[in-house]
Amino acid sequence: MAEPLLAIRDLKTYFVSKQATVKAVDGIDIEVDRGQVVCIVGESGCGKSMTSLSIMRLVPRPYGKIVGGQILFDGRDLLQLSEREMADLRGSEIAMIFQEPMTALNPVLSIGTQISEVLVRHRGVPKREALDRAVEMLKFVGVPRAEQIVREYPHQLSGGMRQRVMIAMAMICEPKLLIADEPTTALDVTIQAQVLDLMKKMRRETNTSIILITHDLGVVADMADHVVVMYAGQVVESVDADTLFSEPKHPYTRALMESIPSLDEDKDVLYSIPGTVPSAANFPKGCRFAERCPIAKPSCFEKMPELREVAPGHWVRCDLV
Amino acid sequence: MSEYVLEVQDLKKYFPIKSGLLKRTVGYVRAVDGVSFQVKPGETLGIVGESGCGKSTTGRMIMRLTTPTSGKIILDGKDITHAKGEELRASRRKSQMVFQDPYASLNPRMSVGESIAEPLIVNKVLPKSEAFERAGELLKTVGLRASDINRYPHEFSGGQRQRIGIARALALNPKLIVADEAVSALDVSIQSQILNLLMDLKHQFNLSYLFISHNLAVVRHISDRVGVMYLGHLVEIGPKHSLYQDPLHPYTQALLSAAPEPRRTKRRERIILQGDVPSPANPPSGCPFHTRCPRVMDVCRQTMPKPVQVHPDHWVACHLHG
Repeated sequence: MAEPLLAIRDLKTYFVSKQATVKAVDGIDIEVDRGQVVCIVGESGCGKSMTSLSIMRLVPRPYGKIVGGQILFDGRDLLQLSEREMADLRGSEIAMIFQEPMTALNPVLSIGTQISEVLVRHRGVPKREALDRAVEMLKFVGVPRAEQIVREYPHQLSGGMRQRVMIAMAMICEPKLLIADEPTTALDVTIQAQVLDLMKKMRRETNTSIILITHDLGVVADMADHVVVMYAGQVVESVDADTLFSEPKHPYTRALMESIPSLDEDKDVLYSIPGTVPSAANFPKGCRFAERCPIAKPSCFEKMPELREVAPGHWVRCDLV
Repeated sequence: MSEYVLEVQDLKKYFPIKSGLLKRTVGYVRAVDGVSFQVKPGETLGIVGESGCGKSTTGRMIMRLTTPTSGKIILDGKDITHAKGEELRASRRKSQMVFQDPYASLNPRMSVGESIAEPLIVNKVLPKSEAFERAGELLKTVGLRASDINRYPHEFSGGQRQRIGIARALALNPKLIVADEAVSALDVSIQSQILNLLMDLKHQFNLSYLFISHNLAVVRHISDRVGVMYLGHLVEIGPKHSLYQDPLHPYTQALLSAAPEPRRTKRRERIILQGDVPSPANPPSGCPFHTRCPRVMDVCRQTMPKPVQVHPDHWVACHLHG
């Protein structure tokens, strides 16, 4: 099998201050093949967004730091690149879309300027021509009146339209990898359906790999080829999407699935995971989920379980499965 | 004793759009445009809809946090549409609200005990010392410790803060709780804790809820009946099983089909609606949904459909029915 497009090996991103060291991402391994959609799922504070910012080398400074590991993208270790080389890569080979398009778009630049800027910067396309390409791209992502919209500003658009603009901007250089951090969380369901549909079309037509970060298992079921479940800065389960939904193995993954109400099944009482996520500044030495785990044994509190391959391609960080 | 805890009749809220030097009214945003429903004692009515459909404005009118433009709100047999002063305060003893953002809805400079005791003191239900004691008991009811009354909101997690907000809403023994996106800001594992708590409390205190949310699965879980709003109108309302199994309005059908489900097998065919919700400042003629409806007919562009009962207690406002 061919080498994956992206391979994250033992990545550690910490926030270091005088008072504490917050281990936001604490030794994760993720692989993304060409044309594959990998979903990273987990709750707030599990490190999923920091993982994506680490790939882009956009970890907030001065406290945030990538302290270890490798990010191999298309054969190169991104952590070894200079700032200049990284800037050439961003938006050109790896693009990112964010949850809140209003804060990600520049409010004082027209839509057309923002989209075409990417082409001018990375591909050296003349401005006039880049603007035409921007119009084409907007049409492709389903923005009506594209010729007028390029002259408008972000505040004139609805949330769904802004997210389409973000996607157009991210895709205009045909990147090899698209990182989407909660791209539909701020959108209404009917608009979310439109945007997810658009991302599927993008993948089909350009064979772009996608890392989709979400807390919504419904979105995961809809989009993912492969799923990585994160908890407290670590990968706790990693497997293809079909297996994840038919045979979730890690107690955290199972608990997560049971705590969601269903659209067509009655549940009297929802399963609820007791307690809260441990603080990233002060992780327990054993399994980080042990305290909330329904099947934890005394040994779980003592020793951190390794991520093991329990079935071909099915990795689980739990000694009890 | 009336049959309903809450009865809302043809409720409307128009926000004026002002423009120009003299701030003349140049138009209206029709946030809520003629909504009627009832809530029985001990019942949970869920209201679903997308942003801007008027579900929050409806909740705020029922709490009288904003005054209706027209229509009637009858709370526990009393018309409170235009209640003022003491009468309005009395109504607030019967209905309380739980908000979406547990970070914004608690005063950071008041201890948790002060926040919970405040409604008791303001309404002269209990003297100060007893109010604090009651606050401690309420904290225990919602799964926190009585000793937490001296701590401040920043010391609690999001889920715990939402519990505090619920304790405050319970303080006056209300009959109705309006919960506006009460679990939307929470992670799923915490969301299920709060949903379970709300359902326990409902049985314990025989509460009625008006549960407003955009999350269809959550609404289905907690509600007895569900109403669907679109552009200021209630387009469908019915018992939850009837509504989720046999959605009658094309909007409800699209909404249900668009909700992503956490499974890979037997997924439903997705109806993808075109375009955005029209602006409530310039709503379309006829049926509010006709601009996006996959089954639009000529009549839909002309006349507003009237609600008809298709199944027992299951009403829909659509020209395809009746």
